[in-house]
Amino acid sequence: MRTLRRARVFFSGLRTRMVLVFLALAVLSALAAAVLIYSEARSRMLDRTQTLLIDEFRARVETHTENLAEPLGKAALQQLANRVAPGFLGATGTVVYKGGEAVSSRRTDVPLSSALRIRVTDSKNLHYERVLVDDMPYLMIGTPVMRGTSPSGLEVYLTMPLTKEQSIDVALGEAARNAILPVLTLAVVLALLAAHSVLRPVRALDRAARALAQGRLDTRLAVEGGDELARLAQTFNTTAAALESSVAELRAMEAKARQFVADVSHEMRTPLASMVTVADVLDEEAGRLPGDVADAARLMNTEVGKLATLVEDLMEISRFDAGAVALNPAEVDVAGEIGAALRRRGWAGAVSTQLEEKVMLHLDPRRFDLIVANLVGNALRHGAPPVTVRLARGLNVIVEVADRGPGLAPESLPHVFDRFYKADSARSRSAGSGLGLAIARENALLHGGALTAANRPGGGAVFTLTLPVNAGLDDR
Amino acid sequence: MLIEDDTSLRESLRLALRRQGHEVEAVSTGEEGLRLLPTWPAELVVLDLMLPGMSGFEVCRRLRAEGSLPILMLTARGDDFDIVTGLEAGADDYVVKPVRPRVLDARIRAVLRRAEPSAGAEPETHGDLTLDRLTLTVAKAGVPLVLTPVELRLLFELSAAPARVFSRRQLLEAVWEEDYLGDSRLVDACVHRLRTKIEELPAKPVYVQTVRGFGYRFGPVPDMSP
Repeated sequence: MRTLRRARVFFSGLRTRMVLVFLALAVLSALAAAVLIYSEARSRMLDRTQTLLIDEFRARVETHTENLAEPLGKAALQQLANRVAPGFLGATGTVVYKGGEAVSSRRTDVPLSSALRIRVTDSKNLHYERVLVDDMPYLMIGTPVMRGTSPSGLEVYLTMPLTKEQSIDVALGEAARNAILPVLTLAVVLALLAAHSVLRPVRALDRAARALAQGRLDTRLAVEGGDELARLAQTFNTTAAALESSVAELRAMEAKARQFVADVSHEMRTPLASMVTVADVLDEEAGRLPGDVADAARLMNTEVGKLATLVEDLMEISRFDAGAVALNPAEVDVAGEIGAALRRRGWAGAVSTQLEEKVMLHLDPRRFDLIVANLVGNALRHGAPPVTVRLARGLNVIVEVADRGPGLAPESLPHVFDRFYKADSARSRSAGSGLGLAIARENALLHGGALTAANRPGGGAVFTLTLPVNAGLDDR
Repeated sequence: MLIEDDTSLRESLRLALRRQGHEVEAVSTGEEGLRLLPTWPAELVVLDLMLPGMSGFEVCRRLRAEGSLPILMLTARGDDFDIVTGLEAGADDYVVKPVRPRVLDARIRAVLRRAEPSAGAEPETHGDLTLDRLTLTVAKAGVPLVLTPVELRLLFELSAAPARVFSRRQLLEAVWEEDYLGDSRLVDACVHRLRTKIEELPAKPVYVQTVRGFGYRFGPVPDMSP
């Protein structure tokens, strides 16, 4: 699968395509050049040979037919045929008299072309033709012998094998073929060079775009020269710079907003500390106060408590945002910590547990306690009993808090860890600050773990805390 | 003695503590607190760490240098660094603001609680150390040591079963009656202070030894008699 994909990438790669295009171009132009040169050279050579042969033939025929006395006997015809032929390498002279039998200077397997014979018989001029017999090219020349302006009925022919010309033909073809190989090699090398010069900036652009996508917004390209690729690099740099500055602006704004929240929380905290103390005093006295005042005192105590929790949670989440949180890890027995967290809040009776014994883990006990408290508190408030806490150790340590309530609406699943997210808009305010699960999740992440929410097949929600066995936390 | 710079918080805490049955003297600076303490029979100091002028840590150190007056720190949540520094400076326990009066009262009582004298117990000797569970005193090579109630309870708890390993959680529950913070750094800091008082070489303890990954144990003390 992987090799296949790699092969596909290779063949669709720019470099390969360029090499293929260059190769095709080179093959085409080399072939075209070879064919042109070959046919031109061949026809010129043949023309020259032909002209020489024809001139020689014409001269011989004239010389040897000048003083012939008609009618001609067979011996005279034979003599004429012989006289026309010699001197021409491998040539055969043939004489035909008044449509009679053809007399040849020597025995031959190459018959005269009948087309040539008809043309010679019907005209007063010399004719020639190139004929292929058994893949061997022959030049056939024929001329009627004239008596004044009328044909004498005597026709002289010459059949000449073009052996020499054939071998030159072959040599030319070979030369063309031999030239193609170096040309192709050169084409490949040139293609690679061209590809390299184009691909280097393209690859650099690819790398830079990737880096940008990974959030390294200060990525810039070196701009070399003034070609299209350089302009592309310039455009990339401009885009990256614009992106960087707007992201920086957004971050600055976000940081300001967060700082504002942190500052406000901090300012609220000291007066709230007094109010919590005083409200508690009033609450204790409520029993001795008249009805309405007692209710007011109790209400104030509850609400001041909530406000204090909210402010503290806001400060905690601000610390996470600022990255100003530290772990105070210790080696603890996880089951013991869960048990203590439940007992501390008086939940031991309301929650059933299924805890694996002797799971030792390196974690921050205070933060772990917060996570457990948030998850269980959430399940007790929003789910329905029985709430169960399960601890198991596999590749990771897993703490599951499940309830038997209606579960979470599918559309709210991705948002349960969002700040101030209320799954049920009708229940606009609850005992929690709305930050509990967000903080729990931040704490899980701080431990190198994860916190996820899901619905159980049998109904009810389940929150799963996953902690790595080796979180890589050092004891202080 | 309550040392807290914020007027409203000081007043509300004084109000709340009075209602819990404590006599409270509230001051706004560390300097004033240190000046008043010799004239006023305080049993415990509730100390805000963030003070103008002399910091809470400095007050802590001065008080420790002078004696064994128990100190309860008031800290803001999340200021983990302050908590560690405060405990190292000598505080016995801490509470996180905002604090419910009942919680503060419980912490005060836990820090003040003396170890129960065990009637008829003979003084024990471990190396140079003499522990008397009847008079609740500790002496090193015959010289009496000044320990805070928390330090004393931790030492008695550990030495009651020499060589037994106690987890930090066990010690928290036994000594601090700690049930809402569960911060094992309390134990670590107190062990650290105890060591500086009872050990010859605090870096190489023989009495309170660390068992890595589990907790602490008392001894076994090597026989140092000639």
